[in-house]
Amino acid sequence: MNDLKQIETKRNQWKKDLLNKKSFSKASTSWGHDLDVLYSPDHLNDTDYLKDMGFPGEFPFVRGVYPSMYRGKLWTMRQYAGYGTPEETNARFKYLLEQGQMGLSVAFDLPTQIGFDSDNPVVEDEVGRVGVSVDTLKDMEIIFDGIPLDKITTSFTVNPTAAIILAMYIAVGDKQGVSPEKIGGTLQNDILKEYMARGTQIFPPAPSLRLIGDIIEYCKDNVPRMNTISICGYHMREAGCSLIHEVAYCLLDAIVYVEEALKRGIDIDEFAPRLSFLLGSGMNLFEEVAKFRAARRLWAKIVKNKFKAKNPDSMKMRLFSGCLATACTASEPLNNIARSTIMTLVAALSGCNAIHTTSYDEAYEIPTEESVRTSMRTQQIIAYETDAASVADPMGGSYFLEYLTNRIEEEAEREMARIEDKGGILKGIEEGSIQRDIARQAFELEKKIQSGEKIVVGVNKFVSDAKEREVELHHPSKDVREKQLLRLKKVKAERNNEGVKFALDEIRRVATGRGNLLGPILSAVHEYATVGEICAVLKEVFGEYQEAT
Amino acid sequence: MNRERSRIRVLIAKPGLDGHDRGAKVVATLLRDAGMEVIYTGLRQTIDQIVTAAIQEDVDVISLSILSGVHKELSGKLIAKLREKNAESIPVIVGGVIPPRDIPELKKIGVMEVFPVHASFDDIIGFFKDRFKR
Repeated sequence: MNDLKQIETKRNQWKKDLLNKKSFSKASTSWGHDLDVLYSPDHLNDTDYLKDMGFPGEFPFVRGVYPSMYRGKLWTMRQYAGYGTPEETNARFKYLLEQGQMGLSVAFDLPTQIGFDSDNPVVEDEVGRVGVSVDTLKDMEIIFDGIPLDKITTSFTVNPTAAIILAMYIAVGDKQGVSPEKIGGTLQNDILKEYMARGTQIFPPAPSLRLIGDIIEYCKDNVPRMNTISICGYHMREAGCSLIHEVAYCLLDAIVYVEEALKRGIDIDEFAPRLSFLLGSGMNLFEEVAKFRAARRLWAKIVKNKFKAKNPDSMKMRLFSGCLATACTASEPLNNIARSTIMTLVAALSGCNAIHTTSYDEAYEIPTEESVRTSMRTQQIIAYETDAASVADPMGGSYFLEYLTNRIEEEAEREMARIEDKGGILKGIEEGSIQRDIARQAFELEKKIQSGEKIVVGVNKFVSDAKEREVELHHPSKDVREKQLLRLKKVKAERNNEGVKFALDEIRRVATGRGNLLGPILSAVHEYATVGEICAVLKEVFGEYQEAT
Repeated sequence: MNRERSRIRVLIAKPGLDGHDRGAKVVATLLRDAGMEVIYTGLRQTIDQIVTAAIQEDVDVISLSILSGVHKELSGKLIAKLREKNAESIPVIVGGVIPPRDIPELKKIGVMEVFPVHASFDDIIGFFKDRFKR
């Protein structure tokens, strides 16, 4: 303590004698906290190393969730991919695996995510556009054709239709002779952030939470290697909120999901080890790394202190991270390679367990083979040509980083308490106050970009007058919908329609009551019931969500 | 259209299934702060719903926000539907992530103006006030 006092005195002297002799510019964090020119040990007088930092693999996991981190297992390189027909996506997956990708991550088209079949006139223009189209189990069989499900893990960006997609994945495993306990991966399955920021919700919150509880419960007993949910702060951040809010919203949502599972009488240690998280990696290298570390420490404390977990695995915030797409620009797209490199480095230095690198053309279209390969190479260059993966938490101990970690944790906790005081996150979502808060922050941020206060190279500074060379973009094939319609028609003609009707009636019966819906949904997908048919039955019982205004 | 009014009325609409509403909400706030009357439809509107809302609300302009890559398809359908309902006098503006090469094509099918991501606030407000002045 004496040491710290002495350092502080010395620092004040240095300020007076040297620093303040010449003028220098102001700097602040992205959320408006003023920064000193230099950070020193006396800035960390609130830190107790053993209690607040400790060692990787140990509570509070701020330095990483595994003892040897990347020396034991490198992060999983997991590019979000999928477009057009199941055949096109199967080919893209095989290409990515050949290029050294380690896990798959499926992008579904919006109709699949929102529960419409390809033959629904409402979705005419959107079949196979932002991801692959899935109507029935047949499509999933094709997507994973020749890809043994016991050899890879797969991440699914799917939310209200997560139960259906999970059932289809189990069924594909079944057809490959792989039992459910051998398949693994991650379902996004985080409905709250859909209401807040991403917009693919179907049902109101209560039945949506029930579906999530059903998945947690079912996987605990039958699919133990499946991460049942990927709780996201990422999308609120992309919608415009600060990184403080990103952490606060994410953890408040996580608490809602934990409480939903606890309500069913499941022990925290039975399901918490299978919760995973998704936060964005942005451009402010130190802030972002500090954010991941702060989030890990906060979550570990919540699970230990609030939910009384005993198993350390329950307290580990296992993290997937993607580059913030909103940090990339539509103008001068090649600059995004530099941005994605920095953001991927952020994720690696933060000890993230899986990473997606945004491709330079992703603002406009599904990435081309060339741009997605560049993203894979970005990850590989960081993994193999730099020393970022050589030690656990390599930035830990930087005075600045530790200072930021403490501040972000404090601010996020304060924001969480503020929302809890106003009635909680669910109430905020239902009333729309959270959404309005995010929109207001997005507007303020855009004003700063417009005024030049926040610099975006090539957009509001260093803008070139020369006509840009436009990059080659992915050309969506014109006949995706026709192909999907043909296959859907064929499947419907060949399936046992009596069996489908029986299975859908069973879903209706269970949905009306209280049982777990996964069993009936699994039977229905085995009968080749469509995503749209299953959702229609659930809508009948659950109703549809009305957006807060 | 003979109702007396002083403020420009704008319908901001999210057609199709795209859930990205950051831009739509930013522009809604911008235009409201600039004194215009803004009606925001919310997510997932069909072309029919948008046209009906535009006619019922007697707006000066429809502003579509699209970030899912299907701007050409949806804008084309909206303009056709307006024509069908004899409402082609309501101009259509598009905002979102629009590749530069698509802008002339959008204008060819009848879109009055395109404002891509980070379009200047001054340009947007100036354009609205200039074209739809009352």
